[in-house]
Amino acid sequence: MSAGQLPRWVDYGLIPFLNLAAAFLVSGLVVVLIGENPLDAVQLLVWGSVGYGEGIGFTLFYATNFIFTGLAVAVAFHAGLFNIGGEGQAYIGGLGVAFACLALDQIVPWYITLPFAIIGSSLMGAAWAFIPAWLQATRGSHVVITTIMFNFIASSLMVYLLNNALKKPGSMQPETRTFEAGGRLPFLNDIFPSFGFGYAPVNLSLFVALAACVLVWVLIWRTKLGFEIRSFGANATAAVYAGISPVRTIVITMLISGGLAGMMAINEIMGSQHRLLIDFVTGYGFVGIAVALMGRAHPVGIVLASILFGMLYQGGAELSFEMPNITRDMIIVIQGLVILFAGALEHMFRPAIVKLFTPSRALAAKEA
Amino acid sequence: MFEIVILTLDSTVRLSTPLLLACLAGLYSERSGVVDIGLEGKMLGAAFGAGAVAYLTGNAWIGLLAGMAVSIGLSLIHGFASITNRGNQIVSGVAINFLAAGLTALLGQTWFRQGGRTPSLPEGGRFRDIILPYAEELRDVPVIGGLYSELLSGHNILVYAAFLAVPLTWWVLFRTRFGLRLRAVGENPAAVDTAGISVTWLRYRAVIACGALCGVAGAYLSIAQSSGFIKDMTAGKGFIALAALIFAKWKPANAMFACLLFGFLDAVAIRMQGQKLPGIGEIPVQFFQALPYILTVILLAGFIGKAIPPKAAGIPYLKERS
Repeated sequence: MSAGQLPRWVDYGLIPFLNLAAAFLVSGLVVVLIGENPLDAVQLLVWGSVGYGEGIGFTLFYATNFIFTGLAVAVAFHAGLFNIGGEGQAYIGGLGVAFACLALDQIVPWYITLPFAIIGSSLMGAAWAFIPAWLQATRGSHVVITTIMFNFIASSLMVYLLNNALKKPGSMQPETRTFEAGGRLPFLNDIFPSFGFGYAPVNLSLFVALAACVLVWVLIWRTKLGFEIRSFGANATAAVYAGISPVRTIVITMLISGGLAGMMAINEIMGSQHRLLIDFVTGYGFVGIAVALMGRAHPVGIVLASILFGMLYQGGAELSFEMPNITRDMIIVIQGLVILFAGALEHMFRPAIVKLFTPSRALAAKEA
Repeated sequence: MFEIVILTLDSTVRLSTPLLLACLAGLYSERSGVVDIGLEGKMLGAAFGAGAVAYLTGNAWIGLLAGMAVSIGLSLIHGFASITNRGNQIVSGVAINFLAAGLTALLGQTWFRQGGRTPSLPEGGRFRDIILPYAEELRDVPVIGGLYSELLSGHNILVYAAFLAVPLTWWVLFRTRFGLRLRAVGENPAAVDTAGISVTWLRYRAVIACGALCGVAGAYLSIAQSSGFIKDMTAGKGFIALAALIFAKWKPANAMFACLLFGFLDAVAIRMQGQKLPGIGEIPVQFFQALPYILTVILLAGFIGKAIPPKAAGIPYLKERS
């Protein structure tokens, strides 16, 4: 059964919807298992994430992280590569943001620091993706395994750096000093007070993320490099035969992917925490895989999926506050189920749906 | 000095055991062509299942079985996604890691209300250390006493089981018909299919074996090494086991040495914490933590031999094209 047999709205609408529905259904069962009412839980979750200004602000803040990590995974997908190292790349990207902010925050305003933070984070993220990319391209070491390894190496490296080199003198906490005004992005609540985002940390990096979406779209579908990336992903042998360099394509794609993952740190570090600290990535890199899968590796889909995951994050936090039985770990469960049903089991409903659509189409063909 | 060496080796054995069990688990799965990055999640799920049931029943063996059941359950989900539905095996593994991390913490809190941990195990709920015969009598004999009474004796039964599983796995994979077919299905499933053997059923048996061993690994953590489950207690061990599997080039005996090496690094890291080496100074503990991963990357780069995975690993088998 090839994909061409289904209408587009089924492929891009109905099937993802069914997958999501299955994931939420099972999540509901988990809620029942804990002894709470799943309908109440859904109500709390939706209200907590989009029901009031501050909730929306938090949802958008989390969504910003997911847009960056989702784009990172998606770009690699187009070249047929699986970058599972967004976690580590974002973590190391934090170094780039911190260097820019620590160096400039006391001298210049934030809008001068921001370009340096963008360059710093994407360079550091890209650098962390470079070795796995280069090894995949030239020595055939599988990029999935090497990027997993680099996640752990990044984690050890950052703990070491924060404990030894970057720690504020005299402090016990493994974190840098807090940035001054020049190293802080304005909160959207300060720019648009009428939206009532309250204390939500959603900040200007949301627009950086949206700009990145546009740039990724242009890159993948409107440039020669994007064509090379897609050709290589669709059929590497044919692409090489057509004169596309595999080493160049793999390395450049992974650098872009790592750079995008690294930029996630702008939102967390410069936008919200205002200092570099341990474990600020906490799974955003992995969730990027789910975001890219659900968004079908297209920027528009990624924005939508990011908002969905942002809602889960924020609504889940609210839920755990209202229903103490449901801890924040419920979010991880729901994410796991979404990744399972929308990603690994994405073809589960397809045969049934193909069967559902085939007879009517055969009939239509006969009549015509 | 001799005593320090023996003590370090002793903790090496203890720390290697869960790695070895999970590594052998991955060996079955990956040799059959199903890539498994969900070892971590399965271990965690098993640790929770074992900890919870051992606490409720006060019986370590029932706990062990419960842990294995949880892990096999997760394996079957992985199998259903990657064998039956031909889904992406990496994505499925990531999903299982998420599910296990979330569910263990959530259910742990709901059922026991101790911040995600299970209550301390009652007497009999935990695997006790076994003192080998004459270990006490030989303790004071130089060299032999250290080797026999400290290093060989005084581990719980799962430690011995893990090291016995190495020759057993070798025998199953390289000396039985099942093993031959399992390896064949990981290299060339179409050929196995042509011979009239079900690729699906073979791969399912492989992931079930993987689940069973992963279950023992998880149970070891919660009801043998410690007395109860702690939230996120695997702490990346499943990924170290995966690294060890690659480091071992998918071979059982190599797997044991790789796990012993990684366990040794862990033991040394604990021992070296805060100590200064003459001429070098203090080596940061993070360096030892990262070393298994660094070594694996160097190996993957082809600088220490070459690690070639089973040819069909990660590729779903499509029986016929329509």
